[in-house]
Amino acid sequence: MSKVLENPTPKIYPTLEEKIADGECEEKVTRNPDEFDARGIFELLRNINDPEHPLTLEQLNVVQQNLIEVDNESNEINVQFTPTIPHCSMATLIGLSIRTQLLRTIPPRFKVSVTITPGTHTAETAVNKQLADKERVAAALENQFLLTVIDQCLENAVQT
Amino acid sequence: MGVLELQQSLVGHKGRVWNVCWHPSGESIASCGEDKTIRIWMHDKSKWIIKTILTEGHTRTIREVSWSPCGNYIASASFDATVAIWDQKSGQFECNTTLEGHENEVKSVSWSVSGQLLATCSRDKSVWVWEITDDEYECAAVINAHTQDVKKVRWHPEKDILASASYDDTVKIFKEDTASSDWICVSTLASHTSTVWSLSFNNRGDRLVTCSDDKSLKIWQQYEPGNEMGIPTPDDEPVWKCVCTLSGYHSRTVYDVDWCKRTGLIVTACGDDIIRVFREESDSDKHQPTFSLVCSMENAHTQDVNCSQWNPSVPGLIASASDDGSVKVWAYND
Repeated sequence: MSKVLENPTPKIYPTLEEKIADGECEEKVTRNPDEFDARGIFELLRNINDPEHPLTLEQLNVVQQNLIEVDNESNEINVQFTPTIPHCSMATLIGLSIRTQLLRTIPPRFKVSVTITPGTHTAETAVNKQLADKERVAAALENQFLLTVIDQCLENAVQT
Repeated sequence: MGVLELQQSLVGHKGRVWNVCWHPSGESIASCGEDKTIRIWMHDKSKWIIKTILTEGHTRTIREVSWSPCGNYIASASFDATVAIWDQKSGQFECNTTLEGHENEVKSVSWSVSGQLLATCSRDKSVWVWEITDDEYECAAVINAHTQDVKKVRWHPEKDILASASYDDTVKIFKEDTASSDWICVSTLASHTSTVWSLSFNNRGDRLVTCSDDKSLKIWQQYEPGNEMGIPTPDDEPVWKCVCTLSGYHSRTVYDVDWCKRTGLIVTACGDDIIRVFREESDSDKHQPTFSLVCSMENAHTQDVNCSQWNPSVPGLIASASDDGSVKVWAYND
């Protein structure tokens, strides 16, 4: 993008692979494929591209495994994401990318909510309301321009 | 407790079904959704069967359909920013009029009781009133009273009074000012703490029920100037007061509510896949009414319920629409 970046030098965090290589955490290998857990959802989200930087949401710490809640019994998934800066104008777009990725990869029985980590964005309430309004999300996803941008964000994320 | 008995599941739409509307005779149902089609289902002996599929009226999602009071027209509101009017003068339903003017998605459309006025509302925050003479639709007013996306418009059951619900958390009441013939906002109903998704008048039009993303229902009572309760009515206009809030019943967003004009029962459509029915208590005080939950149909659909409407002529019959792609017909029994 030609415009000036809002956050030109964001802090970059280690990815799961790097953490495993450093012995900071272990890769869980045995998982029930029918059950969803925070780790599985994180896997679907961590390689989403940031709309501004050639970095993933994991590298920017926008999505974190410990901010994902999964309740298989009540079919609820709650994802909190943390914008890199409190006035990030991309917050809605990032949230929409996360929501779209989950729409495409998670069985429809799940009720998915995507919200900003409390206290990390100046327009938190407005962005959360927008992302929770399924009618507006549906209309946004019929917008070809927006869909192209979202697809670019999702091109390296896990596909189904 | 009452029970909802599933009469039939109507399958055919591809993707989410946003809305259903009963024909005024109660003998057919129009439904619409993400697949940009309108489907008309008819009751034939013992079964609901698909009669017609209307396509090519819209280029994007059809959000709402509405039969005219005479039953000869269907209006459809679409994310493509237009409203299509379908008639069956040729013997089959055809779209012969398209209403343009909204800047973006049209969310709702409603016919007045006389069938001579049509209201539409949009994400562009405006409510439009159209006057109909001899199949000509003329924009009579563009009302910019809401500060956000307008979700629903509904006419009063007897008078040319219009109500609208919005993402700005309020409901507004409009009427034509006789002196200037401008449409003006005469009342703002503020109490919900998030998006108001839908609303419905009672049979006499002196009460409203509203439903919201705040998971509650609210009952509003109209107080005319000079009312016995001594409720002040500034500007000599009726005042709407919230006289009852039903909270704690719905676990997610309430997307639709319908107040049955025949039985007085209220039905809701909720994001928790449940259809619920409420009834006013027999000893309820008009100014402080109490309503009880008389039926909660768990897993009525396998995904969000977007719409639930009472049949206008057969008491107890409900049609519902869901994200799961189905339309269902239910019979409510006490």
